[in-house]
Amino acid sequence: MEWEVVIGLETHTQLQTNTKIFSGAAIKYGAEPNTQACEVSIALPGVLPVLNKQAVHCAIKFGLAIHAEIAPRSVFARKNYFYPDLPKGYQISQFELPVVGKGAVTIQVPAVGKNAAYEKVINITRAHLEEDAGKSVHGAVEGMSGIDLNRAGTPLLEIVTEPDMRSAAEAVAYAKQLHELVQWIGICDGNMQEGSFRCDVNVSVRPKGTEKLGTRREIKNLNSFKFMQQAIEYETRWQIETLEDGGTIHQATVLFNPDTGETRAMRSKEEANDYRYFPDPDLLPLVITEADKALVLAEMPELPAAMKARFEAQYSLSAYDASALTTSRELADYFVAAVDAGADAKQAANWAMGSVSAKLNSEDKPISASPVSALQLAQLLKRISDNTISNNAAKQVFDAMWNAEGDAERDVDAIIAAKGLKQESDSGAIEAIIDEVLAANAAMVEEFKAGKEKAFNALVGQAMKASKGKANPAQVNDILKKKLTA
Amino acid sequence: MINNSLKQLGDMLQAKKISSVELTQAFMARISQYNPSINAYISLNEDKTFTQAKAADAQIAAGNITPLTGIPFAQKDIFCAKGWPTTCGSKMLENFIAPYDAHIISQFDAVGAVNLGKTNMDEFAMGSSNETSYFGGVKNPWSFDRVPGGSSGGSAAAVAARLCAAATGTDTGGSIRQPASLCGLTGLKPTYGVVSRFGMIAFASSLDQAGPMAKSAEDCALMMNVMAGFDERDSTSLNRAKEDYTKDLNKPYLNKPLTGLKVGLPKEFFAEGLDASVGKVIETAIAEYKKLGAEIVEISLPNTGLSIPVYYVLAPAEASSNLSRYDGVRYGHRAAEYTDLMDMYNKSRAEGFGAEVKRRILIGTYVLSAGYYDAYYLKAQQIRRLIAQDFTEAFKKCDVIMGPAAPSTAFKAGEKVDDPVAMYLQDIYTISTNLAGLPGMSLPAGFAQSDDGKALPVGLQIIGNYFDEARMLNVAHQYQQVTDWHVQTPDLSLLEGKA
Repeated sequence: MEWEVVIGLETHTQLQTNTKIFSGAAIKYGAEPNTQACEVSIALPGVLPVLNKQAVHCAIKFGLAIHAEIAPRSVFARKNYFYPDLPKGYQISQFELPVVGKGAVTIQVPAVGKNAAYEKVINITRAHLEEDAGKSVHGAVEGMSGIDLNRAGTPLLEIVTEPDMRSAAEAVAYAKQLHELVQWIGICDGNMQEGSFRCDVNVSVRPKGTEKLGTRREIKNLNSFKFMQQAIEYETRWQIETLEDGGTIHQATVLFNPDTGETRAMRSKEEANDYRYFPDPDLLPLVITEADKALVLAEMPELPAAMKARFEAQYSLSAYDASALTTSRELADYFVAAVDAGADAKQAANWAMGSVSAKLNSEDKPISASPVSALQLAQLLKRISDNTISNNAAKQVFDAMWNAEGDAERDVDAIIAAKGLKQESDSGAIEAIIDEVLAANAAMVEEFKAGKEKAFNALVGQAMKASKGKANPAQVNDILKKKLTA
Repeated sequence: MINNSLKQLGDMLQAKKISSVELTQAFMARISQYNPSINAYISLNEDKTFTQAKAADAQIAAGNITPLTGIPFAQKDIFCAKGWPTTCGSKMLENFIAPYDAHIISQFDAVGAVNLGKTNMDEFAMGSSNETSYFGGVKNPWSFDRVPGGSSGGSAAAVAARLCAAATGTDTGGSIRQPASLCGLTGLKPTYGVVSRFGMIAFASSLDQAGPMAKSAEDCALMMNVMAGFDERDSTSLNRAKEDYTKDLNKPYLNKPLTGLKVGLPKEFFAEGLDASVGKVIETAIAEYKKLGAEIVEISLPNTGLSIPVYYVLAPAEASSNLSRYDGVRYGHRAAEYTDLMDMYNKSRAEGFGAEVKRRILIGTYVLSAGYYDAYYLKAQQIRRLIAQDFTEAFKKCDVIMGPAAPSTAFKAGEKVDDPVAMYLQDIYTISTNLAGLPGMSLPAGFAQSDDGKALPVGLQIIGNYFDEARMLNVAHQYQQVTDWHVQTPDLSLLEGKA
């Protein structure tokens, strides 16, 4: 039987606010335990939550970015359960009426093997605001468990999709797209190691062609795209094998073990949980007006889709280039800065996506940490355009710039001079070289005249060699052609 | 001095006829004498109290006096006060020292008022007799074998016995008005949202409201000027312009003090369940209002009978969640020994909470549970709206509503403690205003004779429309200009020497 996997994601994105969602406590990652825990974070008797407007702002921004319905009135609810890192004994979340309703994200699923790349629309069910819990710390004190409430009350936007994805590749493409989007619009720093962007993946399988969803298992807290891919692939195989062996799938929460590459059900009494949700009487319903939305919209940066279309039109880039440049706002900004500084758009696109991205990837650096700034790249590209150096020479200059210590050592012209890479564009000098080459290679000239096109290329190569690679190849071509056909 | 109104005390302090330290000493002396048997206070701290009194005297000497500067108040032990034990009447918080001030505590501090101590109360404000307090019951100063009412029983007894100039209370279903009625005080529960709940330990968040418990309407008005006002730390606090609650106290109505005032009498408040002796006192008070020029209109609040069942779904539901934070993890009582986390939770909460609190946590957990939520919680919320609509309709016909604050006078300690439903019925006339969020007050309207021959105070309840506190205080103040029930004091001589 052919099986189909059905995947839905729940993503917790930590919102970039200065303070917690219901109090004025700071939310800096990595602080000493409990130093960012105010009365509200500790849930002292008598304290009350006050909603952080910045968090609401972020939620509206996300809703607008995915063209979702934004609830004119949404309600905070208490999710009641006991756990030591949950100081109030309930989490303030949104249940029946979330702030963001139905929306959609368009993803680009990359080509895999013989399957071509394609676009797909993933529907968003809802996104709601909630507070994070604290952390249990084991082992800090022998035989005891500690509680760190620094994270308690950190604002989260939980983004829930419809079960629209049909492969691990689609799920990862969605997660990456979402990851980029939340950073693009500036609501989340996207730091997966620090837990700013955490995915729970619901996976089920069903016989291909059937409608009814299979029983799902939820893979919790995946904090890298690689693990997500591995976990979904393993989980899918496991579910199919289980069913084919005549077994049944039970709803469960599972954890992925990166060391073994396997998923395993958590030991928990989860199925018995009744969270007794009810509207939080300490908080008024959240009312969002058209004016509120307009205010956020005014601050909304140009979104990737709009920017892609603009790049195609404004810079005459291919759809592929425009799409690749707009996968990250920083990359797009880098590209635009280089063009604004005088670089040719097509060249800037090629270099930004090529050499620059390759170097960054190999050194695992964000583009913001690129040793070669957009401005410096533009200087370099201008020297290609004005024929000072060849493309090949430019690569050498770029490497030198990349490895240079300090901007003073990154002066493009100085590097060209020091390395003697300046291109020979004096036609008189080139002519002299060509004359020598023609004289020394009479046989090749004969071959060319007899109709052997290849001989022409060989002569160009000889001329370039004679010029030690400095001759302008276009000029060599032109002059050689003239001389041979004269 | 101890019987003077807040206004008089303020004038004496300003004229430097007395000092705040002297005034504080006078109350402290009475506390030493009577509190050991009345048990109105859970905690006292002479150092802190006299530090405040001295600071107040310095403030007055500097010419920087406000109406309540230097006056000693008692604070219900539900308000967090920095450096003070804040127990909420529970073993759970027996050792909890608040590290911060509730809004109203900082409001009193800011005007230089003196905090005499923290008053006894039903555990987590759950009770109508002060008998659920972990720190023991409180004697009603009018009859020592009777309860002062609850949950603000300690504050009520402290004011009645003149162990403070006035006190604060909180009212979730009648916890200011019923003890005020049983102890012969004037107490006001403001419109929900008028006084910030920040730092006030939550029982049922959508119903809890703090207010003054004092000797007169005028005293309440002066306290309201300090207590009321917007506080951004409470999301349900209402952002309204600051109001002077004394402004209408003497407002004349045409030719008579209250000419043209329409007083609505809900027939449901005078039906079965009301003690005849209490009913008689209320009728006499109404007659007095007629003399003052008020016009009496009969009204109906048809859903009154549903208010107790609705309340006992909603208040426990909220309480079950509000009290989840008392888990023994970060502060409060933790069992001495336990085997694992669940055992620690179970034992700490089993030991830390009393029977009535547990009863309400169980009810609340039940009504919020999957499969019961719609039938109980949701239905109760719907009826709550109907109850509020009853009042909206009623206020089309009248300016204020009057009736008894409690169905009986003070009952004997132990009499209802094993009968929760009888205890819950104590709040039959007060609960509906909490459900509607309306302001309500109780003022002394006379005395009713008990079976054993004691004269026990009876409170008249005035219910106003939203934000009508100033009018209610005017209506009460005018009555207090022509009656002297509010200046009667209990005879404590039998208690003397018992300390």
